Amino acid sequence: MLSRTADNLFWIARYMERAETMARLLEVGARISLLPSVHGYRSEWDSLLQASGTADGFDRKYAEPVARNIESYLFFDHDNPSSVASCLRQARENGRIVRTALTTQVWDALNTAFQELKQLERQPRSELELTQLTDWVTRHAAMVRGSIGATLLRNDGYDFLNLGYCLERADATARLLDVKYYVLLPRVEFVGSGLDNYQWMTLLRALSLHRAFHWTYAGEITARKIADFLILNPQSPRSLVASVEGINHALHRLGRAYGRETVAQVRGRQLNDMLERVTVEDIFDEGMHEFLTRFIGDVATLGYHVWESYLTGDVR
Amino acid sequence: MTTYFNEMFQDGEVRIPYARLEGWTKRMPDALRHMKQAEAEALFRRIGITFAVYGEGGDPDRLIPFDMFPRVFTAAEWARLERGIKQRARALNAFLVDVYGRGEIVRAGRIPAHLVYRNAAFEKSVVGFVPPKGVYSHIVGIDLVRTGPDEFFVLEDNCRTPSGVSYMLENREIMMRMFPDLFRENRIEPVDSYPLLLRRTLASVAPAKCKGDPTIVILTPGHFNSAYYEHSFLADLMGVELVEGQDLFVEGEYVWMRTTEGPKRVDVIYRRIDDAYIDPLCFRPDSMLGVPGLMDVYRSGGVNICSCPGAGVADDKAVYTFVPEMIRFYLGEEPILNNVPTWQCAKEDDRKYVLENLKDLVVKEVHGSGGYGMLVGPKSTKDQIERFHARIKDDPGNYIAQPTLALSTTPTFVNEGIAPRHVDLRPYCLVGERVELVPGGLTRVALTEGSLVVNSSQGGGVKDTWVLAE
Repeated sequence: MLSRTADNLFWIARYMERAETMARLLEVGARISLLPSVHGYRSEWDSLLQASGTADGFDRKYAEPVARNIESYLFFDHDNPSSVASCLRQARENGRIVRTALTTQVWDALNTAFQELKQLERQPRSELELTQLTDWVTRHAAMVRGSIGATLLRNDGYDFLNLGYCLERADATARLLDVKYYVLLPRVEFVGSGLDNYQWMTLLRALSLHRAFHWTYAGEITARKIADFLILNPQSPRSLVASVEGINHALHRLGRAYGRETVAQVRGRQLNDMLERVTVEDIFDEGMHEFLTRFIGDVATLGYHVWESYLTGDVR
Repeated sequence: MTTYFNEMFQDGEVRIPYARLEGWTKRMPDALRHMKQAEAEALFRRIGITFAVYGEGGDPDRLIPFDMFPRVFTAAEWARLERGIKQRARALNAFLVDVYGRGEIVRAGRIPAHLVYRNAAFEKSVVGFVPPKGVYSHIVGIDLVRTGPDEFFVLEDNCRTPSGVSYMLENREIMMRMFPDLFRENRIEPVDSYPLLLRRTLASVAPAKCKGDPTIVILTPGHFNSAYYEHSFLADLMGVELVEGQDLFVEGEYVWMRTTEGPKRVDVIYRRIDDAYIDPLCFRPDSMLGVPGLMDVYRSGGVNICSCPGAGVADDKAVYTFVPEMIRFYLGEEPILNNVPTWQCAKEDDRKYVLENLKDLVVKEVHGSGGYGMLVGPKSTKDQIERFHARIKDDPGNYIAQPTLALSTTPTFVNEGIAPRHVDLRPYCLVGERVELVPGGLTRVALTEGSLVVNSSQGGGVKDTWVLAE
């Protein structure tokens, strides 16, 4: 397969996953802002911008971090490369480039999202509820993923798509968790407070995981349980360990199909081993923020090795 | 007032090829027609055939309007066209091999030397090189117009990278999907072997150094190009990789493409980018679209480039005048298809005539394409005519003129119902070890009433083109 084609497939998946993450983040923000802010802490909306890594761009364009501006910036703004609209456009554009590596169904799903987005963009903003918008995004993301799963050949292209999905998801879950833990809560004495619990619930809800959490861990929500659920529990579909498993599965298939292993496979296995060895206690000893920061760095390095090994066409 | 040949109705009678279409239109009330039209548009949009128009901005996902009323040829009409088209494609290739070789046609005084050797499209870097099988132009698009039952004229030749063939194929797909009955009632020659024939043609001109099955690729300028859809469509149907310049590199005596399994050798490149961009070391140094060193590999027989660099010298509008001469000179035959009479503004007598009769003529730039930079005298204002008058005087060598042809019309669906609109035809002739032509082509239609400009960049549409079986 052409390296550039593999690259386009990889990025279709990354952008679709990123669009979904952005929509979920918006939902977190919207729900948290419904809580009366009696504690005098800084605006959650501001934290949201920090979390999505878009604060600088937002400040340049808007003065006030009020809900409507942030919604526009994170959802519709083409100047924001990570907005839902930008991601969906990029995913579709990458799809258009490799139209021939996709089935009609996958292309249809990508293209339909894009065409509907254009209609949404023409509607007055006041007619659009945020929850409607985020539902719309998750629905289309699911349609793209579903058509990939149901119709695409299980060849190397399929592996590059999954690699994109899993890498992006590993990064996104780590960031969301870090936001909650490090950015959202104003001061350390709030740990275990009603506010703390409310935020955790919101986070789980945004990940569509609150019911799953209660099924798995009955009782009180604690930081430890959540850390276990979102980092170490392989049953949890967005956990770090599940994402890394997905990465390794795709890498393993590629190594077998091409008859050779690269440094990407080695680094992937190292990351997996680390997650299998580490315990929740270790994570809290190291500091959750420090652990997550390290993990995000490792995922980025792994992404670099994937690029170097497969997407440049230079490795012989 | 000019009378135009209507391909469906002649002297109040329906002509034979269209016999079965009259009933079809009668069975289709307006409401159904509008529904079908909307369905066709939705299909086109879904498969993603769109067309970006250069320099117009606007919607990059614009559709070329599709007219559902087919254009029909009888087997006999087509047989003659086919002979004429193949003859012309052979002569054009013989000419190219000749002018990059000994130049016999020039020595024999049948075509002026300056028209060939001073031509901007004459490519000095391939002089003396004979490409595999002696073929320079592997896909020859020949634009034809019709003025009467048996009167066909060649408007221009396209020896480089004629586009539009994806519309020929998709128009047929859509018609078959929407009106299967029509295909049961009429025995219509299929066109869907085109991708297979193209692949076979390209494989047949693999370079000498290639042993075994050649690896073929299509080289595209990229997804921002207005014809990108067509590039990816053909790559898909042929089962070959669609590459950009950045995907290829030269090492040793060969061209390689970057794949996820490392470099893979490439033998035949069907390029859809202009000569000037294919190799920054040989041509435009600022080109990001090409492959540095490609021409060296090409000249040493490590790769074939289709169409070959330099093929453009044969489809220049000034050289066009001499194609009938080429047919006589190389093939010893009389041309089956005629040229449109053409005045060269570079010649004094011709120029005088052209300047005096601008209001009746069509004036074109010698190197122009896409319907840009042309004047249709009878449809132009006095102001436009005066401006062209000045431009021709400034740079006469840059212009040719032709009489305004009474382009034939075919029935076309318009808002008010069915009305005649002017059409042309572009068949795609394949030249490799053999010369092949699928029975059909792209019919372009000028959708504006009275308009004679069919270019899609100027508001033209497309139709399915049928050749009836015997």
